[in-house]
Amino acid sequence: MREKEKAKKTPKAVDGFEPRIICFLCNWCSYSAADAAGRAQKAYPANVSVIKVMCSGRVDPQFIMKAFHDGADGVMVLGCHPGDCHYKKGNYQTQKRVLLLKKVLGQFGIEQERMELDWVSATEGDRFVETVTRMVERVRQLGPLERRA
Amino acid sequence: MRVKPKMAFYWCSGCGGCEESILDLAGSLADLLARIDVVFWPVAFDYDYADLERLADGEILASFINGAIRTEDHAEKARLLRRKSRYVVSHGACAQTGGVVGLGNFFTTEEIVARLYRESPTVANPAGIVPRETSIDGGHELHLPPLCPSVKPLNGVIDVDYYVPGCPPTPELMQAALTLVIEGMLPAKGSVLAEKRSLCDTCARRDSKPEKLTVARFRRLTDTAIDPATCFLAQEIICLGPATRGGCRDRCIGANMPCRGCFGPPDGVTDQGARAISFIASLIGSNDPAEIAHAIGTIPDPAGLFYRYTLAASTLRGRAQGRTDG
Repeated sequence: MREKEKAKKTPKAVDGFEPRIICFLCNWCSYSAADAAGRAQKAYPANVSVIKVMCSGRVDPQFIMKAFHDGADGVMVLGCHPGDCHYKKGNYQTQKRVLLLKKVLGQFGIEQERMELDWVSATEGDRFVETVTRMVERVRQLGPLERRA
Repeated sequence: MRVKPKMAFYWCSGCGGCEESILDLAGSLADLLARIDVVFWPVAFDYDYADLERLADGEILASFINGAIRTEDHAEKARLLRRKSRYVVSHGACAQTGGVVGLGNFFTTEEIVARLYRESPTVANPAGIVPRETSIDGGHELHLPPLCPSVKPLNGVIDVDYYVPGCPPTPELMQAALTLVIEGMLPAKGSVLAEKRSLCDTCARRDSKPEKLTVARFRRLTDTAIDPATCFLAQEIICLGPATRGGCRDRCIGANMPCRGCFGPPDGVTDQGARAISFIASLIGSNDPAEIAHAIGTIPDPAGLFYRYTLAASTLRGRAQGRTDG
């Protein structure tokens, strides 16, 4: 898996834990926001590995579980603001799935704070930077996710 | 005279219902036994493991192994049968996906032992006796096989050729699988010898499932009167039919109970619970986070419900280590 290799390459701080965050971005809003942040040369933590999907509604709960299983300490799904989905209601479906998934993840011993769903529009480069930076710091505080043997 | 094919049946960690699924062949069991030479079947015949050891590698045509891998002894016996057999057939839900036994993966071995021998309200164990790998009794040293750190499905320890799903499989499926083996008509390796589609696709109540189905809450079996002819989901009762393989002859549906997923995921789905999360969440009609949270609140134990038979074979396999929340 390319994202797994990427995650492995995330540099480890010598005396601190560097979280690995998998970030699913939708083609129409949040990926464009990440692009906008890049064009504006904004800095954001290198802990985030981006996977572009056509819609946040394409993110199957299994993708998120696989990310956690394969080494992610946190997973983000960023989509279009409610009402702005390119496919009308993909982000609404994601919201329902993520809320149920969070409850299930808690039962699997994965803190709900490791899973973040938020909305970022194509022009909100700053908001993208803030959202991922906040997530990286939150997961850094939680520490690494210890997996079942 | 043509030599009869050799077959073996073995029981790892399970309830015995899969053994029952062979006996449930009833009259055709006698016909079956006339066509095969059973070389090993501890629950029915008096064989020793040494008898099994004496066979040449690959001498057994097929071994049907039921139950999950819970102890090191299960893993060892599974490896021995694998070596002696041309085909290994996973028999039942526990062997295929860990089954109910696999729910043990929500706990550590220490928690399970503590609960079973100390904390459970029905246990009186003032001496605090817990099973140990080695103990002395009457001057004899006794050994118990150690528990594995996690429950694994059969294919977690050996290569498996075919799967017969179900808790337990129906006699019809067992008959069909045994016939395929004996007559050498087996499909591609790795096949599940049952319906390929979901139970929902073949359900007798399918016509009563509305085209567009939304719910505001989910109801529980204990306090709901269930219509015996209408789709469970349309009655706001969680049914795992859409995420579960068909072929069970609607045993639960026919008894007016919703599907709990014992046939595992259909072809094309690897994580049955993840698929259940996906379709159950999509049924919630509201887009308001508070109303969604309310609907989710009416599912008290989603992980235990969605992974009842497949936790040990799921993407996450069980509870993360060293966490106490949830």
